[in-house]
Amino acid sequence: MARAVTTQRKIINTAAAWAVGLLIFFPILWTVLTSFKTEATAIADPPVFLFFDWTFENYKVVTERSDYARFLWNSIFIAGGSTLLGILVAVPAAWSMAFVPSRRTKDILLWMLSTKMLPAVGVLYPIYLLFIKMGLLDSRLGLTLVLMLINLPIIIWMLYTYFREIPGEILEAARMDGATLRSEILFVLIPLAVPGIASTLLLNFILAWNEAFWTLNLTAAKAAPLTAFIASYSSPEGLFYAKLSAASTMAIAPILILGWFSQKQLVRGLTFGAVK
Amino acid sequence: MGQITLEKVTKKFGDVEVIPPLDLTIEDGEFTVFVGPSGCGKSTLLRLIAGLEDVTSGKMMIDGQDATDVAPAKRGLAMVFQSYALYPHMTVRKNIAFPLRMARIDQAEQKRRIDQAAAALNLTDYLDRRPGQLSGGQRQRVAIGRAIVREPSAFLFDEPLSNLDAALRVGMRLEISEMHKRLATTMVYVTHDQVEAMTMADKIVVLRAGYIEQVGSPLELYHTPRNLFVAGFIGSPKMNIFSGPEAQKHSAETVGIRPEHIDVSRTEGTWTGRVGVAEHLGSDTFIHVHDTGLTDMMTVRISGDIEVSHGDIIHLNPRQDQFHRFDAQGLRIA
Repeated sequence: MARAVTTQRKIINTAAAWAVGLLIFFPILWTVLTSFKTEATAIADPPVFLFFDWTFENYKVVTERSDYARFLWNSIFIAGGSTLLGILVAVPAAWSMAFVPSRRTKDILLWMLSTKMLPAVGVLYPIYLLFIKMGLLDSRLGLTLVLMLINLPIIIWMLYTYFREIPGEILEAARMDGATLRSEILFVLIPLAVPGIASTLLLNFILAWNEAFWTLNLTAAKAAPLTAFIASYSSPEGLFYAKLSAASTMAIAPILILGWFSQKQLVRGLTFGAVK
Repeated sequence: MGQITLEKVTKKFGDVEVIPPLDLTIEDGEFTVFVGPSGCGKSTLLRLIAGLEDVTSGKMMIDGQDATDVAPAKRGLAMVFQSYALYPHMTVRKNIAFPLRMARIDQAEQKRRIDQAAAALNLTDYLDRRPGQLSGGQRQRVAIGRAIVREPSAFLFDEPLSNLDAALRVGMRLEISEMHKRLATTMVYVTHDQVEAMTMADKIVVLRAGYIEQVGSPLELYHTPRNLFVAGFIGSPKMNIFSGPEAQKHSAETVGIRPEHIDVSRTEGTWTGRVGVAEHLGSDTFIHVHDTGLTDMMTVRISGDIEVSHGDIIHLNPRQDQFHRFDAQGLRIA
């Protein structure tokens, strides 16, 4: 049924959307503002909003004290590597579940998702010990593997949902046309699922970039990504808010920029099928 | 070559037996049509031949070679789907080229075959378009083109015309028949439309609930249906079927008479009834007659136009030599 959308209603909706958007954005804004304050202003009570002496001192100290480029490279390596590796594993898995489901497919999907409900700390010891045995502790390869495994259920679920939208007859046609399984996936399935695969890649990259539990617990110096860079500026006494904010800003800036430029793709991917 | 033989083939989905043990031979070069009501297993049977479904038991041979466990890609068959199943991200040219690319055929030969198929199917001007920019009939042509270029040993068609409008359907029907005459390749065609079956087939396989009810040429099925099901399914409009004292006069449990084998008279006749609806097609008139005391409604087909209207009392004269007689089991009495 069509519903008339009045101008008044539009204004209310827009205002509400802006309010929610600002509410969500505020912590980020506050972090960025704090990063330009002196440590004293940062903890001033009442807090100052915009009118303070802007300083780049924190950024200078932070870049002098730690090697930002190394942390950044580790983050890119780990997030990118785990995402690519995850896609490689997930495409065949999602293919089989979407196009040749068995009686257990639904159960497997739910079971995979249930692993996400397990508190990570519950498996910290086993994984830590395994990492020592295998010499993976504080290595980029080890972190890449762990993050791939952690996010695999989400990647498979997302790809599964996108693949389900593709008519099976098109893949059957490819099979009749003499395509091997590899050609069928490479030349027919993947090109058709490109929007879905792209948003899966993006979302997973963001998740891996922000992951803090494993990256903090399994690294020391060599493989530490930006999450460790932030953590190194937090002190239990809360004495270095401004420097912590500067570090945080530097850590989230790349992913924020990536998210900004890819938001159309993300929204399209996440609502794919729902609004087609 | 393209002889397909099924030996005691069965198919179960879980515990449901869709195809009970079934034997069938499709001869090389033959146009075979699987026809039956929806859910009769005709599409499943085609998919078994294609290899898109695995047989539960039994054996399938192509040209004398056991193909039961051969992957669809290796069977050398081409299939045209009801939904066309074109690759939406490829141009028409690439769609048609796909099977050739998969077979690693060299570029020059690919181009030759694509151009030839495109010319034959009136697609030359559309080769650089995407399927989304084509009409239904053109998409169907692309699907056929994609099947032809492979030079398969047999073509499989799964209700290829049911998404087209009536006029196009008749045109495509002729094109497919002509293509069969020209290529003389085995074709297996699935449809629920008995007109398509009658007009195109060399051999019709009538299926019901996975069982083969009768195999024969269109005219064999028309003139000597083996049982009541085939009698009622083949022919349009449907055969009039009734039992009771009138059937016993012909020493049968049930008798059937086709609408075109009944003559109409204003004055006298074997049976009398009241006109319900008269459908004037110009070339023919279908009269649906009530209150004959034989069945709820008798259909009569008169060549040409005849002036009758709702409520008229008319007399019907069946041609005595055209009765089909069936026993209590519904089987034909010779």
